[in-house]
Amino acid sequence: MNAPNKSGWKPGTPVEGHNAVSGPDTVTGNRALMLEEPLIFEIGNTETTGVDFGFAARLDLAGVEQPAEPTPAEDVPSRLGTLARNEPIGLPGLTEPETVRHYTRLSRQNYAIDLGLFPLGSCTMKHNPRLNEKVARMPGFADVHPLQPVDTVRGALEVMNELAHWLIKLTGMHGVAMSPKAGAHGELCGILCIRAALEAKGDAREVILVPESAHGTNPATAAFAGYRVEDIPANSDGRVDLEALKARLGPDVAGVMITNPNTCGLFERDMKAISDAVHAAGGYVYCDGANFNAIVGRVRPGDLGVDAMHINLHKTFSTPHGGGGPGSGPVVLSEALSPFAPLPYTARTADGVVHLVEEEDADNFSEEHFGGKMRSFGRMTAFHGQMGMFTRALTYILSHGADGLRQVAEDAVLNANYVLRSLEDLLHAPFAHSGPCMHEALFGDKGFAEGLSTLDLAKALIDEGYHPMTMYFPLVVHGAMLVEPTETESKAALDQFIMALRSVAERAMAGDESMKGAPHYAPRRRLDETQAARKPLLAWEGELAPSGRAVRSEVGGR
Amino acid sequence: MRYLPLTDADRSAMLEKTGASSIDDLFVDVPEEVRLGGPIEGLPMHASEMAVEKHMRRLSKKNLAAADAPFFLGAGAYRHHVPASVDHIIQRGEFLTAYTPYQPEIAQGTLQMLFEFQTQVARLYGCAVANASMYDGSTACWEAVAMAARITKRDRVVLSGALHPHYAEVVRTMAKFTEDEIAGAHPALQSEPDNGGLISRIDDKTSCVVVQYPDILGRLPNLQEIANAAHDKGALLIVVNTEPVALGAVKSPGEQGADIVVGEGQAIGVGLQFGGPYLGLFAVRDAKHVRQMPGRLCGETVDAEGKRGFVLTLSTREQHIRREKATSNICTNSGLCALAFSVHMTLLGEKGLRALATENHRLACIAADRLAKVPGVSVLNDAFFNEFTIRIGQDARAVVRKLADDGVLAGVSLGRLFPGKDALSDGLLVAVTETTSEEDIETLASALEGVLA
Repeated sequence: MNAPNKSGWKPGTPVEGHNAVSGPDTVTGNRALMLEEPLIFEIGNTETTGVDFGFAARLDLAGVEQPAEPTPAEDVPSRLGTLARNEPIGLPGLTEPETVRHYTRLSRQNYAIDLGLFPLGSCTMKHNPRLNEKVARMPGFADVHPLQPVDTVRGALEVMNELAHWLIKLTGMHGVAMSPKAGAHGELCGILCIRAALEAKGDAREVILVPESAHGTNPATAAFAGYRVEDIPANSDGRVDLEALKARLGPDVAGVMITNPNTCGLFERDMKAISDAVHAAGGYVYCDGANFNAIVGRVRPGDLGVDAMHINLHKTFSTPHGGGGPGSGPVVLSEALSPFAPLPYTARTADGVVHLVEEEDADNFSEEHFGGKMRSFGRMTAFHGQMGMFTRALTYILSHGADGLRQVAEDAVLNANYVLRSLEDLLHAPFAHSGPCMHEALFGDKGFAEGLSTLDLAKALIDEGYHPMTMYFPLVVHGAMLVEPTETESKAALDQFIMALRSVAERAMAGDESMKGAPHYAPRRRLDETQAARKPLLAWEGELAPSGRAVRSEVGGR
Repeated sequence: MRYLPLTDADRSAMLEKTGASSIDDLFVDVPEEVRLGGPIEGLPMHASEMAVEKHMRRLSKKNLAAADAPFFLGAGAYRHHVPASVDHIIQRGEFLTAYTPYQPEIAQGTLQMLFEFQTQVARLYGCAVANASMYDGSTACWEAVAMAARITKRDRVVLSGALHPHYAEVVRTMAKFTEDEIAGAHPALQSEPDNGGLISRIDDKTSCVVVQYPDILGRLPNLQEIANAAHDKGALLIVVNTEPVALGAVKSPGEQGADIVVGEGQAIGVGLQFGGPYLGLFAVRDAKHVRQMPGRLCGETVDAEGKRGFVLTLSTREQHIRREKATSNICTNSGLCALAFSVHMTLLGEKGLRALATENHRLACIAADRLAKVPGVSVLNDAFFNEFTIRIGQDARAVVRKLADDGVLAGVSLGRLFPGKDALSDGLLVAVTETTSEEDIETLASALEGVLA
């Protein structure tokens, strides 16, 4: 919700003299606007459909030329051979009003940025501008096939190239691979570029160094690309221990993966020295760009010696998270790694034309325009990448411009520091002593009463109307709570959040046992995750009701 | 700046709280020599909503939208009618601006939707369990190959020559780094898929056989025969489907013995979008393989009051718990595309899906028969669903470009898909869906008659 102004009015506060009472159970299981909803399998059946199939209907008014009568189905023999389906599938259908109602009711059981502050550290849950959505739906972008002749998709290629240009300029890098589908896919792209570059030099190496505080995707990516993963230790400031890193470098180390700003919310001051040391040892520097929002327009990773960095368009550049994707993870590359970027790629030639370079013409194009230097490591995905995210991200970038993006980083960092300094007297802030944080503030559970945990605090925060912060990450801080407010929160919204967080923190320290039962007011109480994992029930296994005899579930949707 | 709520007064007050004298003090850890003193040069400054919309509209107008031309492209991305309510629902802020459902008490909307989606996909594929989606069909295909290697502890992969070449290329690219050995070929232009040749390449070192269904030429391979051969040698059958609407008309891969079924879900609910974001579908026929699956899984459970609810589960497979020992590095799914798919599939239901499939097939048959009458054109396929291959006796790439100049988007040339394979260059892949009218078919046929004459 928007926070109240100075009047201090609170919408949920009972007027003096009235007592708030909770009411009796209801027969439907609903509680007014909190509505239960069965599964589609419990309300739909195989004979209902929300789509009409009069495909060749004649809608023209009299006097206008009519389309020909469609060829009747019985005049067209099937060409399915022996494989025509004769078994039922078991897919329930609903009419349009039932469908809209089903999903609308479900939607109301979700927390979302549109409902309130979403302080999930490392996820950059900023406002998603609606112009982005409008643009992505323009028919010239939404209704275009990836394999259309290039002369019919010049605008799409220009979007890709224009976004690529911005990403290169904002990061001070040499090139960019646009096709990776998400952050982790971008990491893989970057690591594969490193591997290809090393192999091109006949210098295959075995180890990738990753700090303990890294996102789990970093070690998983390195392992997926065939590398052995070793930890880099951190110092007491929450940063990479430069001397320990230097001591470990050697001819077996292919590279390092470093998150900057790191997952403790701190800028890696020694980044340039780290890069220089890694380069001197013949390795490459991968930077996890998940936290680019903190520094966009303030510092360019290229100036820090980074060789590859993915950019989560769904974080820094506001494309929607969508309840878990789709993401988009273009990877900016140094001059050393750019030649190995995956196919396809776009390139603007001197005549102003943007080319789409695929397997077909990659060698010729490289000879003609890059002196034969481009030696792509291959292809990471069908087609050309997340076009629908490119249009949104470019729209966002053009809206902000170079000045607005710099302001984004400044406000994001200011908001996080404001949260840090407003809570550090109460919550343990393990790295508050080492200077300002970047875009996120990190706290630990020190001082909580025996038996109460970060999880309990998070669930109590749900009752206060907030999505919790990132919990138990990074692993280097006990009971970690990572708060990233983003720049799209007002001061009033932050003040209200700080008040709520202070309140639940005080309760955790005072040993308020009621927190163990939180959330009390969400659509569900705490869910039994152990049972879910022990006896996995991953699909609805019932029989669909016969036509017109929909049943309601006995549980949940009663 | 319309997206930034802080006022200058707020900024001053907040800076004071942080103890910093200026915003630059908050960036003190950035070494001075790399700090940027102002906005990066050579880039435009902020712009109004109206100006940005105008700029983007100008770029969009440089593309020929599928709706504005007779349109016959497929090859892994299909144009279907998407009901208006699908787009309305996925734009609800509670879905659009939610995060991955890590706090299940306030994410039941997304979670229940995913549980329904998983069930829809599993049923469509004839499988026991489907996951909550992958990036797209091609990456799902690679993940299935990697999963088969984990299960069989073998590293030799047999790819059908009629697998989408982009999918095969993704597998080959990844295999260069994992040292899996890939045996593959290009398809021969024959009316029937070469099951015999494929089966002869399976041996007792084979981890999996990867077959597309319907295949890249639109043909319908008999999967049971391949499944039997693979299972005889202890290998798994991975079936790739790039057109889910087809499964409303033909037998599911699961019922024909496929062990892992993956595919592209874009055709239902998602739209063309120039190739992305799309929707990777991933399912296993036998639930015993669930713990080797990549990606997110949503499962049913109960809450503290005994009410049914849903959570992400079996996350001990995943990178945020297992780090370098995870089954995959994947950290996201394609949530909003999965929602679009699920809403569209709910609107269709079994009856609607079957009617849609029937209509696609009917129009494709009409198109094949009409195009067969064009002098110089022969239809390759005996059997097909809504996409088939024609041979036109000359380089199809040039013909496609020529027809595009005349405003007809005629299909995908095999030369574009299989560059350098001269034997395929006169092949043209033609896809027909419910959005294609009989007038469009006539326009294509006449245009081809003109070009080939």
